[in-house]
Amino acid sequence: MRITIDNLTKKFGDVVGVEDLTLHIEDGEFVAFLGPSGCGKTTTLLTLAGIYKPTDGVIRFGDRVVNTVQPKDRNIGMVFQSYALYPHMTVFQNIAYPLKLKKVSKADQHDRVRQVANVMGIGNLLDRRPGQLSGGQQQRVALGRALVKEPDILLFDEPLSNLDARLRLTMRGEIKHLQKNLAITSIYVTHDQVEAMTMADRIAVMSGGHLQAFDSPDELYNRPKTQFVAGFVGNPPMNFVNVEVSQANGSYVAQAEALQLTLGAERGEPAARSDGEVVLGMRPEDIQISDAGDVAGEIFIVEPLGREDLIDVRVGPHSFIVLAGAETQYQAGDPVKLSFDMGQSQFFDPATERSLLWRQ
Amino acid sequence: MSQRQEKREAHSRSAWRSHLGAYGFMAPAGILVIIFFLIPVAIVLYLSVTNLASSNFTSDLARMEFIGLKNFRTLFNDQFARKIFFNTIFYVLVTLSFFNVGLALIVSLLTTHIDRNAGFFFRALWILPRITSPVVYILIWKRMMAEAPFGIINQFNEILGQPTFNYVSTNPWVFVVLVNGFIGVSFGMIIFTSAIESIPRDLLNASLVDGSSKLQRIRYVILPLIRWPLLFVVTYQTLSLLTSFEEILLLTDGGPGLYRTEVWSLTAFHRALSNYFGNAQWGYGSAFAVLLVFIGVVLAVIYMRVFRFDELVAEPRVEAL
Ligand SMILES: Nc1ncnc2c1ncn2[C@@H]1O[C@H](COP(=O)(O)OP(=O)(O)O)[C@@H](O)[C@H]1O
Ligand SMILES: [Mg+2]
Repeated sequence: MRITIDNLTKKFGDVVGVEDLTLHIEDGEFVAFLGPSGCGKTTTLLTLAGIYKPTDGVIRFGDRVVNTVQPKDRNIGMVFQSYALYPHMTVFQNIAYPLKLKKVSKADQHDRVRQVANVMGIGNLLDRRPGQLSGGQQQRVALGRALVKEPDILLFDEPLSNLDARLRLTMRGEIKHLQKNLAITSIYVTHDQVEAMTMADRIAVMSGGHLQAFDSPDELYNRPKTQFVAGFVGNPPMNFVNVEVSQANGSYVAQAEALQLTLGAERGEPAARSDGEVVLGMRPEDIQISDAGDVAGEIFIVEPLGREDLIDVRVGPHSFIVLAGAETQYQAGDPVKLSFDMGQSQFFDPATERSLLWRQ
Repeated sequence: MSQRQEKREAHSRSAWRSHLGAYGFMAPAGILVIIFFLIPVAIVLYLSVTNLASSNFTSDLARMEFIGLKNFRTLFNDQFARKIFFNTIFYVLVTLSFFNVGLALIVSLLTTHIDRNAGFFFRALWILPRITSPVVYILIWKRMMAEAPFGIINQFNEILGQPTFNYVSTNPWVFVVLVNGFIGVSFGMIIFTSAIESIPRDLLNASLVDGSSKLQRIRYVILPLIRWPLLFVVTYQTLSLLTSFEEILLLTDGGPGLYRTEVWSLTAFHRALSNYFGNAQWGYGSAFAVLLVFIGVVLAVIYMRVFRFDELVAEPRVEAL
């Protein structure tokens, strides 16, 4: 089912939940809504589900305008962060509930619940109450309940946030797998950018009730159109430093106190066009600690992550987060040289926070 | 052996001492319960086996005449006691089901499904009968149901060209139930409303997304989830209705005629404290009161058994992740 959201606004009195959101989602696509808490992800999702009426704008499922359609007539399956299982019903009754409301015959209910339960690996739990299940099991029941009615659209509201890290990894794979198999148009809300990056076909990055970007994970990572997106997508986050970019006999130079970096015309030219300071963004993996480097700094903190170390290097007044192999033995206070891969640099206008390299 | 005994004694002494603080904190409430509940109950129990009345009044417990269960025998053979008994059952059942539980549930469901402030406003209206002084409240009702040309309802009847009625004599029960029902709604309403509002938002949204209408959501999700408060209100309000009589006293005083709207607790009051002939029968009235306490305790135990309160109380669980 194609979902078309045009200029959607939802306000609660004076509080803006989401404002002027325009988003076109293709049939069978897996879209993630990514953004910090309170940015309007849940509001958008509940408006799509029909729980909230839009204050303004138009929502279409396929060609049908659904602004005033009741939730029960939207054929949506939804999974909540809190699981939202009915505590007074057994697992079977929970999953069968959407079917019962659709007046599916008892025998069919039985077959379809069994089938879904087996797919979700909870066939042996059907007689239990939600209170007797672990978090992971509850989440599977919730997923089963969303799938059993064969919905046109699946909505997920941070479904994995309450699970432990290991289980989250497993469920992440399972949900993605299921979605690809069933090809149900899905919207997946999360504040975890790793989840969004790994699962989604496209990611809608939101902040403060506004859409910041809507692109494939690859585009968002390599060609971020705003500084917010650049900083929010990627872990550890991008380093930012204010520099002045100028042209000097054929090559371009980005300069700040204790910092001087040469870069090619491809990025230097658009960055230099703006007068005054611009924001330089460098991802941690694009800065190497190497003797061949031309920027002198000093190690401030080393944070071992196991596979690699996260190192905070101070260059004059600036601080850069850098990744280094775990075999390195740096200590706080060690002097080091940094080499910047300026082919991967990003530049932003400090006033508008828009990218100087990638136009919207 | 004796050493062990000594030890145990020392242990119980120290246990008693270590609980001293707890007993200390409980003492004020405990003393109140003893003075204002246990002692009066004991006195009423004692009075019910004496023939104390205005004619042989004495305040010396020892000089009262013990007559065994004679009061109770009289009571069981009293043809009016039968009528009053069924009056009481009728009054409690009808008021409870239509108002204290039924209307309370409807009001809380309606006011939680509309705008929050509007809901709050309507609930506040329903609390008015409860917080109005009974005398003032009953005066309002009396003015409503009074005979033409004074009664407000009858004035409307006249305007509409309808016949007028003497409601006190034609429909006393309707008004007795209405008067008590309007007061009774607020208790259940408050309990039900807070129970409904404490149902997680996600659960309510999930039901709608799963395909329920709002009515189906009430039936399949909300009502089952407020089962405990529902049973609690049924139990509590049964007992409360059984013992309340001041509104009936003020409205009809058990009349019109012989015991038309007389209920058990009102009889106890009439017999013991306000006999028509200035001839108070404390002993006989106490027998009524004792039976009422007995019925109340039996009902409470039955409710607890039938509704399995212990299980219901045990149900809330720590959210397992
Ligand atoms: N029912 C509501 N009433 C009033 N304000 C709300 C309501 N729901 C959400 N909001 C506000 O709208 C904004 C977006 O909230 P939400 O969509 O829940 O954010 P997210 O899911 O991205 O964390 C927040 O400022 C929040 O306080
Ligand atoms: Mg949310």
